Amino acid sequence: MIDRLAGLPGLDNPLLWILALPLGAAGFLAVIRDWRVASWVNVAVSGTTFVASLVLLRVRPAPTKLFFIDDFNVYLVVLTAFVGLTTSIFSAAYIARESEGNRLSDLHLRFYHAMYQAFLFTMLLALSANNTGVMWVAVEAATLTTVLMVSLYRTREAIEAAWKYFILCSVGIGLALFGTILVYLAAQPVMGDGADSMAWTEMMRRAAEFQPDLLNLAFVFVLVGYGTKVGLAPLHAWLPDAHAEGPTPISAVLSGLLLNVALYALLRFKMLLSANGHTLSPGPLLVVMGLSSLFLSAFMLYRRGDIKRLFAYSSIEHMGLITFAFGMGGPLANFAGLLHMMMHSLTKSAIFFAVGIISQNEGTKRIADIRGLTVSHPVLGWGFVLAVLAIAGLPPMGVFMSEFLVLGSTFAREPLLALPLAIALLLAFGALISRLQMMAFGEPPPRSPVQSSAGRVSGILALTPLWLHMALVLVAGLYLPAPLVAWFHTVARMLG
Amino acid sequence: MGAGQISYDVAHLIGATVLMAGLQLLYQRRLFAVINTFAFQALALAAAAGWQAHVQNAPHLYVTAGISLVFKAMIVPVALHWLIEKLGIHRSVETAMSIGWTMMAGVALVALSILLVLPVTANAAALTRESLALAMSVVLIGLLMMITRRNAVTQVVGFMALENGLILAAVSAKGMPLVVEISVAFSVLVAMTLFGIFFFRIRERFDTLDINDVETYRGDRQ
Repeated sequence: MIDRLAGLPGLDNPLLWILALPLGAAGFLAVIRDWRVASWVNVAVSGTTFVASLVLLRVRPAPTKLFFIDDFNVYLVVLTAFVGLTTSIFSAAYIARESEGNRLSDLHLRFYHAMYQAFLFTMLLALSANNTGVMWVAVEAATLTTVLMVSLYRTREAIEAAWKYFILCSVGIGLALFGTILVYLAAQPVMGDGADSMAWTEMMRRAAEFQPDLLNLAFVFVLVGYGTKVGLAPLHAWLPDAHAEGPTPISAVLSGLLLNVALYALLRFKMLLSANGHTLSPGPLLVVMGLSSLFLSAFMLYRRGDIKRLFAYSSIEHMGLITFAFGMGGPLANFAGLLHMMMHSLTKSAIFFAVGIISQNEGTKRIADIRGLTVSHPVLGWGFVLAVLAIAGLPPMGVFMSEFLVLGSTFAREPLLALPLAIALLLAFGALISRLQMMAFGEPPPRSPVQSSAGRVSGILALTPLWLHMALVLVAGLYLPAPLVAWFHTVARMLG
Repeated sequence: MGAGQISYDVAHLIGATVLMAGLQLLYQRRLFAVINTFAFQALALAAAAGWQAHVQNAPHLYVTAGISLVFKAMIVPVALHWLIEKLGIHRSVETAMSIGWTMMAGVALVALSILLVLPVTANAAALTRESLALAMSVVLIGLLMMITRRNAVTQVVGFMALENGLILAAVSAKGMPLVVEISVAFSVLVAMTLFGIFFFRIRERFDTLDINDVETYRGDRQ
């Protein structure tokens, strides 16, 4: 009873386990000396968290003052726990191969594993928070943990990337906090002092009585603030560097999960504005930012020489597309946006899994030095080809379906907006395919493949998550189960 | 609550002091002066938080005031002084925009904040309204400082000034929960920055803390 009053979930609540497991594991992993043990503990904890998150699909705990689960965030919690699990498997293999080259000391690896779980905790906390303040603290902590991981290699580039990421995102979340305070001030005259005026569940109920002007001002700050973390142009400058210089498992969770979490925060505020009904419409703002991100990244894709940076820009492109879809609004575009969030998460993390192994095998991240992957490493090479074709938007993958839905619904409602959208998507498609052709086909550079048996085992381990993700994306492209569709429709209606 | 009442007048006075210190930050030419001005701003913020704790009868705000007083007005300035000496950082402020123009922009931002905030907060208490306008000015001036100053240390001070504005807004919002948690979260962030500058020896690695140098290297040279 006491923990109910404090707003904490009770012991019978799966949410408690979903949050407590990664938090406890972060502390535990910090004291495990052997990185081999640590990487498997990391996998085990991520797996348990994923199982606990699956319980949420059946049991919907009652909202407390600080935490709640509704139709919208449950899918992101499960997705986050799932990609957290597959990335931890990939990470175990990646770390094993990385430490063969002695790039990381034992202390760094302890730190890395602890931070990995701390990062998962902050994301799950941000997703399940029923309080705008808790959500903000969680996003801020997520920034901190990722900054520490981006700088893990201690090279000049890594520290520069971390510094830039840190400064830009700190300002971003600072502005988001100001927006959060303004929203509280809008709620406070209606709902009184205290935690109720910051709770999503309570605010949504009475949003119509809030003062619209104050919400407008708040949304501008929230959009710029959380928009920085989503990586929307022109606030994206941190994203390519942070993705390129950190360890590859971190690039996978940054692209696949953190961007989604920031967008989720933004969408919650958008829902509040829609529920009010008298504010400016947030849609056009999102459409403009989405389109400019799409165009910027589509052109930038052509000039990339670094493989991780290439796919970092592709993340900006896809977050732009998703933001565009939610900006258009309406049941169909929202449906497409939700589906695309999921498909992009799965596909982009799969790509980073492949990129991680590729750059370890070839010893370089330069696209110009990577040749003939399908010849030299067929399983990896074809998995990579499949993943890049998927992210470029080729049928029959799930990404194609969601992109087609965005484009189709835009054509039906605003044909003039659909034209630039189609052009940007085609531009990005061309860039990705031309780069893919360079890397995947042709003669591999002459090199004697020196691989220990341990290297091969970890190679198989590293490839499993890649193919698992691609299988899911392929299945989603061919057939979406009816309950999933029905449920996407419910959330799409919630988003307005 | 309105003009003429002691609780309102004192809050207004202290809030304006925080803003004045923010404007003062813009025309400093020596790094040490920037840090001392920041310490003064943090001191004023501590007073503002303490006064709000007293007026709103919200004892938890005393914790925020304490964090401001001990961490931001004492530990951070001392740590920055030490860092500058230890790393031998160049002691004059390098500007990307002349001081005169920066000041003009700062004044314009204050006007903008007042024009934006006052009309939209007609329903809120007078105390909240005006503090919010002051707080937003401090936030925007902090942002301006981050944009127009080149050294990393001045940028960090700019960020902390921005954060001072946020805390001012948070303590002025009547009955807002989690203010203490938020100020702790920010303090961790600031401590990490200082730790980062020291631990990574940014000075040694980049020869300069100038952010421009960081940005010209994009790691994507072909």
